Amino acid sequence: MEESNNNFEPRIIAFVCNWCTYAGADLTGTSRIKYATNVEIVRFPCTGRIDFMLLLKAFAGGADGIIVSGCHPNDCHYTSGNFHARRRWIVFRNILNFLGIDVQRIRFSWVSAAEGAKWADIVNDTVKEIRELGPYTEYKKVANYLDEEADSHE
Amino acid sequence: MKLGFYPGCSLQGTSREYNESVKALAPFFDIELIDIEDWNCCGATAAHSVNKDLSLALPTRILALAEKQGMKEIVVPCASCFNRLSVTQYELAEDKELKKKITDTIDMPYEGTVKILNVVQFIDQYIKDKLTEKIVKPFNYKVACYYGCLLVRPHKILKFDRVEDPTSMDELMKMIGSTPIEWGFKTECCGAGLSVSRTDLVAKLSGNIVKDAADRGAESIIVACPMCHSNLDMRRPEINKYLKEDVTVPVIYLTQAIGLAVGADPSKLGLQRHFVKVTTL
Amino acid sequence: MSRIGVFICHCGENISATVDCERVAQEAGRLEGVEFATDYKYMCSDPGQTLIKNAIKEHHLDGVVVGSCSPRMHEATFRKTCAEAGLNPYMCEIANLREHVSWVHEKGEATTRKAIQIVTGLISKVQRNKPLNTIKVPVTKCALVIGGGIAGIQTALDIANCGQKVIMIEKSPSIGGHMSQLSETFPTLDCSQCILTPRMVEVAQHPNITLYTYAELDKLEGFVGNFKATIRLKAKSIDYSKCTGCGLCTTKCPNKKIPSEFNEGLGMRTAIYVPFPQAVPNKPVIDKEHCLYYQKGKCKICSKSCPTGAIEYDKPDEFMTIEVGAVVVTTGFNVLKTDFFPEYGYGKYKDVITGLQFERLASASWPTLGEIRRPSDGKIPQKVVFIACCGSRDPAKGIPYCSKICCMYTAKHAMLYQHKVHGGDSTVFYMDIRAGGKNYEEFVRRAIEEDHVNYVRGRVARVYEKDGKLIVKGVDTLLGAEPVEIEADMVVLATAGVASKGAEELAQKMHISYDPYHFFAEAHPKLKPVETNTAGIFLAGACQAPKDIPETVAAASGAAVKVVSLLSQENLVREPIVAVVNRCAPPLFSTCVGCFMCETICPYHAIEHEEIKDRKTGAVIKTIAKINPGLCQGCGTCVSFCRSKSIDLEGYTNEEMYTEVMALLNH
Repeated sequence: MEESNNNFEPRIIAFVCNWCTYAGADLTGTSRIKYATNVEIVRFPCTGRIDFMLLLKAFAGGADGIIVSGCHPNDCHYTSGNFHARRRWIVFRNILNFLGIDVQRIRFSWVSAAEGAKWADIVNDTVKEIRELGPYTEYKKVANYLDEEADSHE
Repeated sequence: MKLGFYPGCSLQGTSREYNESVKALAPFFDIELIDIEDWNCCGATAAHSVNKDLSLALPTRILALAEKQGMKEIVVPCASCFNRLSVTQYELAEDKELKKKITDTIDMPYEGTVKILNVVQFIDQYIKDKLTEKIVKPFNYKVACYYGCLLVRPHKILKFDRVEDPTSMDELMKMIGSTPIEWGFKTECCGAGLSVSRTDLVAKLSGNIVKDAADRGAESIIVACPMCHSNLDMRRPEINKYLKEDVTVPVIYLTQAIGLAVGADPSKLGLQRHFVKVTTL
Repeated sequence: MSRIGVFICHCGENISATVDCERVAQEAGRLEGVEFATDYKYMCSDPGQTLIKNAIKEHHLDGVVVGSCSPRMHEATFRKTCAEAGLNPYMCEIANLREHVSWVHEKGEATTRKAIQIVTGLISKVQRNKPLNTIKVPVTKCALVIGGGIAGIQTALDIANCGQKVIMIEKSPSIGGHMSQLSETFPTLDCSQCILTPRMVEVAQHPNITLYTYAELDKLEGFVGNFKATIRLKAKSIDYSKCTGCGLCTTKCPNKKIPSEFNEGLGMRTAIYVPFPQAVPNKPVIDKEHCLYYQKGKCKICSKSCPTGAIEYDKPDEFMTIEVGAVVVTTGFNVLKTDFFPEYGYGKYKDVITGLQFERLASASWPTLGEIRRPSDGKIPQKVVFIACCGSRDPAKGIPYCSKICCMYTAKHAMLYQHKVHGGDSTVFYMDIRAGGKNYEEFVRRAIEEDHVNYVRGRVARVYEKDGKLIVKGVDTLLGAEPVEIEADMVVLATAGVASKGAEELAQKMHISYDPYHFFAEAHPKLKPVETNTAGIFLAGACQAPKDIPETVAAASGAAVKVVSLLSQENLVREPIVAVVNRCAPPLFSTCVGCFMCETICPYHAIEHEEIKDRKTGAVIKTIAKINPGLCQGCGTCVSFCRSKSIDLEGYTNEEMYTEVMALLNH
């Protein structure tokens, strides 16, 4: 790994469900467990709502890493949203891989409302991993190019 | 119609008459049973109590040979061989690593595609439909169909008949004119595993079976397993000593009974080889 | 141009100790569209809320972002504040600066930056937010109870006694269920019929309860508060308005050899029959399958004997549609029968019976008046073996679960036997004795110690008949695995409790979930034990899992409270967070192409088909998806599933969420 990466502060967006992981991250707070500041949480009702185009948008916007997290299988507030998210992730990961997008930058996990400590661990682990991978500029370049192309045709 | 055939050791030794009767029955239904060439012992009860890998390698070699010789189905009359072959096929299908280890050991390709038929399944599939029309001498006796342990257990693997109350042999016996009795010893153990080492226990376990059948008026006990046969038949002196009476009900193989019904020569069915004389029939 | 107000709370020092709140407010104030930004020590306090209200009015704010604790804490508070100042509550967003920032990070630049980013993201989002209005759903003030066993009876009476209307349907000719078949009940040994029949009568006579026996659910449509149920009223072949219940017809019917369901096949009934003497309603029905007239076209003896001319043949089943606000499913259970146990000879030997059959033999309403006589020859059995766990806890039989009630009823059976057959000998083969419950363990001890029931810990391998005796071969695992052989006169099998027949089909009709054993699934095993995942449909009793009477009654009352609290509302108020299919001008009407993939994934069956018709000709131009806001719970799974991106989730629209993500990153 490059030396400079040690100073690199990655930007990570976490897409989480309201009922399990958001509440779990709240518990991390009430338990006063410390974790890295690099992650910002976006709240959704359910992982089933998390359109994976949003993930690509986040990469286009300059995110270096992404966390998607919801209720454990069988614990979904809406019965089955997390199963759909999981299925979508399995397919999406293969497609991204095929397209040359670095799937190591997306972390998919389950964090329940009782797993405050686990949330902190996931954030810290992800920050460490993304820091080692370095800034993610490749997709942003592609996205910018596509935007320019689109504009020029208008 | 040609089918693969695995006789196994018992059918070459103590149960020659079983082998003879299966082979004698086949031509009546235009079936040719072809022995697997270069077959070996399946390991039976001895191998799997000593060495698991060996107990799987021996049957795997048999099945691999059958595959190599282009057999789709093999008839395995011995209940113990049927059991070991089926268990091996199941275990190797469930565990890829194990499969690799065992096929490496025998150094032969093995796919697990051969269908294994016990003698009842063989009759059900290839004989039953034509059976009624072929009967020349109905076997009209009261019979006790005795299934033993190895033909039906473990159900999870063998998936044959109703494990606690099998009826497949009873159905076939009814077809050839017999009256099967209702009894409680259909799947009781005859003591096969202790056949040589603890003849006293065999006498007790087999004795209970023979006595119940005789008490309920059975004129013969019908079996499909060489171990059951030798325990109920060959051990009859010890059994009678244990029972303190002289029980003379003969023990005959399903294939012998059907053979008699379709008019096969009794000597070709090996009926003269039994210890308990089959004179009443 | 938006006019957003930003309010950063210090939360005492909870936030301000690590986040520079003043700077967050300042930076937020510089952002495009932000009209007003400030920080305050306690934003949720009365002065804090007043501050927000005043700012909304003074600065004509059209959106608010509050940077404070978790929205799970005070989102409702601040939205209410906004509403009080005349701002739509859904134009207020909460930035979680406490749980997600100040409490989890050290003081420093990075922490304040993160706070600013979060606030920025939400400022962008709120600019895209649309005012939303809560959804009001009217409630039909009537409940449907499916199943007239003890669970249904208790539920119906509890609801009716709260002044709400109840419609009860029961598939058999009488209510009462399994409890009416029982002799005595554990652990008190009070007579089952004595405690149940008065309640059955109460159901029939209650002014708020309408009872339909011989009726089944055919179809259920609609959603919470607004269900539409189609009920099949099976033809009884009797005009109940004319029938006086004299019972003359049942004595004249020539077909008297039909195994009685109520007596578990031990007794016989006629083709025109009342299931049992205490039945409610106490009027007969004709069992078409066995009636000579229906089968062979001749007989009509019942019609000739009826003094009121109440018999009416050849009437078809009728269908009735009712509107209800809530549904309670109380369809109960069954016990395993047939030859599931060939090793025990059930079905082969007449004296091998199930526990439910033993209940009939021991019942005071049995022809012997409760004297226990075995089915084969009517002799009093001198030696009885009870086998517990027949099927239950036996994965090889496909039933890994514990049926729960058997330990107790087996102890009761053995005890009843000892009480009724003096000098009799009873043995119970068991795996474990599970006697958890008030006075349960004491009850079992009494059976063992006072009534001298012989408890043997071990399994039975086989039961077979020999010389008129049933030979029970088992093992005593507490005595060194010694084989045990008992010559019994009768064997009673505590067969597993299983889901009632047709449970799976019923669940599919109602869109409620069920487990691999076809027992209905509760919404949460602990916290929502009587709710299903479908709002407005509740469960009680043994349709969820084997349950004893006290547990069933408790669940039934619980379900009744849930129903009453639902029906006592004028309107159901629901969050407007629901999915919507877009609409646009003709000729497109909507980008929805009508693939209905959303229909396959919606857990609430909220997707409906909407036909867009030509105004003049009425011809269907296009069929598109439409989401029923009454059913939609707002998970948004359909939004990400939609191939043409035609569905959006109010409150979490694509536009809002994309904007929030981009704003988070661009700052």
